[in-house]
Amino acid sequence: MNFKLSQEHIMLQKMYREFAENEVKPLAEEVDEKEEFPVETVKKLAKYGWLGIPIPKAYGGAGGDNIAYAMAVEELSKVCATTGVIVSAHTSLCAAPILEFGTQKQKEKYLPPLAKGEKLGAFGLTEANAGTDASAQQTVAVLDGDEYVLDGSKIFITNAGYADIYIIMAMTDKTQGTRGISAFIVEAGTPGFTIGKKEAKMGIKGSSTCELIFENCRIPKENLLGKEGKGFGIAMKTLDGGRIGIAAQALGIAQGAIDVTVSYVKERKQFGKTLSYFQNTQFQLAEMAAKTEASRLLVYKAADFKDKNIPYSNEAAIAKLFASATAMEVTTKAVQLHGGYGYTREYPVERMMRDAKITEIYEGTSEVQKMVIAANLLK
Amino acid sequence: MKIVVCIKQVPDTTEVRLDPKTGTLIREGVPSIINPDDKSGLEAALQLKDEFGAHVTVLTMGPQQAEAALREALAMGADRAILLTDRAFAGSDTWATSCTLAAAIKNLEYDLIIAGRQAIDGDTAQVGPQIAEHLNLPQVSYVEDLKYDGSSFILKRVFEDGYHLVKVGKPCLITTLKEMNEPRYMSVMGIFDAYREKQIEVWNLKDITVERSYLGLEGSPTKVKKSFTKGAKTAGKVFEVDHKEAAKIIVDKLKEKYII
Repeated sequence: MNFKLSQEHIMLQKMYREFAENEVKPLAEEVDEKEEFPVETVKKLAKYGWLGIPIPKAYGGAGGDNIAYAMAVEELSKVCATTGVIVSAHTSLCAAPILEFGTQKQKEKYLPPLAKGEKLGAFGLTEANAGTDASAQQTVAVLDGDEYVLDGSKIFITNAGYADIYIIMAMTDKTQGTRGISAFIVEAGTPGFTIGKKEAKMGIKGSSTCELIFENCRIPKENLLGKEGKGFGIAMKTLDGGRIGIAAQALGIAQGAIDVTVSYVKERKQFGKTLSYFQNTQFQLAEMAAKTEASRLLVYKAADFKDKNIPYSNEAAIAKLFASATAMEVTTKAVQLHGGYGYTREYPVERMMRDAKITEIYEGTSEVQKMVIAANLLK
Repeated sequence: MKIVVCIKQVPDTTEVRLDPKTGTLIREGVPSIINPDDKSGLEAALQLKDEFGAHVTVLTMGPQQAEAALREALAMGADRAILLTDRAFAGSDTWATSCTLAAAIKNLEYDLIIAGRQAIDGDTAQVGPQIAEHLNLPQVSYVEDLKYDGSSFILKRVFEDGYHLVKVGKPCLITTLKEMNEPRYMSVMGIFDAYREKQIEVWNLKDITVERSYLGLEGSPTKVKKSFTKGAKTAGKVFEVDHKEAAKIIVDKLKEKYII
């Protein structure tokens, strides 16, 4: 066991921080306020290789590890959780399952443009009546000659509208329940595939969250990802990886809130002293820091297990459960320490608190994480 | 095109403190960076590489820690990195430094040598021009813009009150200003490559041919007699009054300080 970051990771962290500070942070407030997808930032992220961190070099990626990837999402989310989730959904939910379950042809076709960031990725599992109960899928895919015909709709899809490549779950055999679900690669622009309603959200407002609609959408047979009927397993494994990304996002939000609060309490004076002088402030900050550091270790551990091909489903669930709760707690405390100002949009902690909430909900709610952890304990 | 970029690792602050006893810089606790003028020089080289294709070698003389600056240069896109390090080089002034760097460059092929104008921890602006003299090369200093027409460089050399446009053939040496460009970030793949696929070549005294008496503290004609931290000046006060009033204020102030 080694808790010391490698020289490589230290240099990555330095670059991530410089980039986030100069290119992402200045836009965070506006991205939130205007609910604007940061198109230009995504282009810059692509240029510097952020969109293919754990993808092998052979497929156009950086050939990096999952700790390096988690650190990237963490550093982005410290200053802008919207940007963090764009990278996370793209990498963990689209590029990763193609890498893990794709055929050689699919990998060669789809991974290079995704890893280079020429194309953006997304993932569609959730439906209006199939949230945590993902097995209640109603979108269907029927094989017709050399094509599958997709009908149905997905909701709450991150990167929708901006993504070029979507991993879509659909029922190929309704009689089989979860064993009747299959995964498909669907390209934007395919006739019959349209983007529906855009959600108005509490947080991560700059990220695009929309409905996907499939009406007689014909996709080539070779776009089946994995085997027919294996879609549910693919979705669950994909979400295991996604949880590392979201836990890293939560970790980043928490650390970002601590950072701005530390500078605030050193400046803000009450009763003739800076807030940092008061023991309540110190104790609050100490708790915030301790839980955030614990989150970091959990996130890095799950990422490390994934890198070492050790089963990490339980670790990812623990990391996400703990990091998301920490993000919520830390941002709430950060707002409290900022007092009235914290409740205004003049300070970023208001946005951070709104952004934190989603980390307890998407890619498996905290309750789902508890189910995973408990199932592992009681098996 | 072959380009050699000389870089220096410097403390990341213009407010370096001096050890009052030894008169040397206190480097502990101060993060190190690539000197800003040098980093822009590296960026200029990488832009030439992007546009015309070039092989970029970064060269630095310094202690082992200077390796970090070279790794960063590799992660930005440099092809080769050389660390010149030897006890014999310690304590070099600009003359000894330029002799050492020039000796190393003699082992390399180059069409263009780039050095930053000056380092933020020394501000001498001497090393680049001295290297050019040692190597008998045409030099253009204070370069803020560089264009390449396929055979010559068209350089904008800036002065306080204007600029020259200078056309110079290969090979030559230029010194660059940080205002020249916005250096790129390291890329993710660049960082992995810098650690996994590229090497830092370490050259010692034995790897270069140089007159021994030109090296290190011994070979440095500059002798530091004393260094001290300049006392901080207060901001001062501006009075916009007529001359009589002004004279009175000045006299009062001088009296107040017991100067008159």
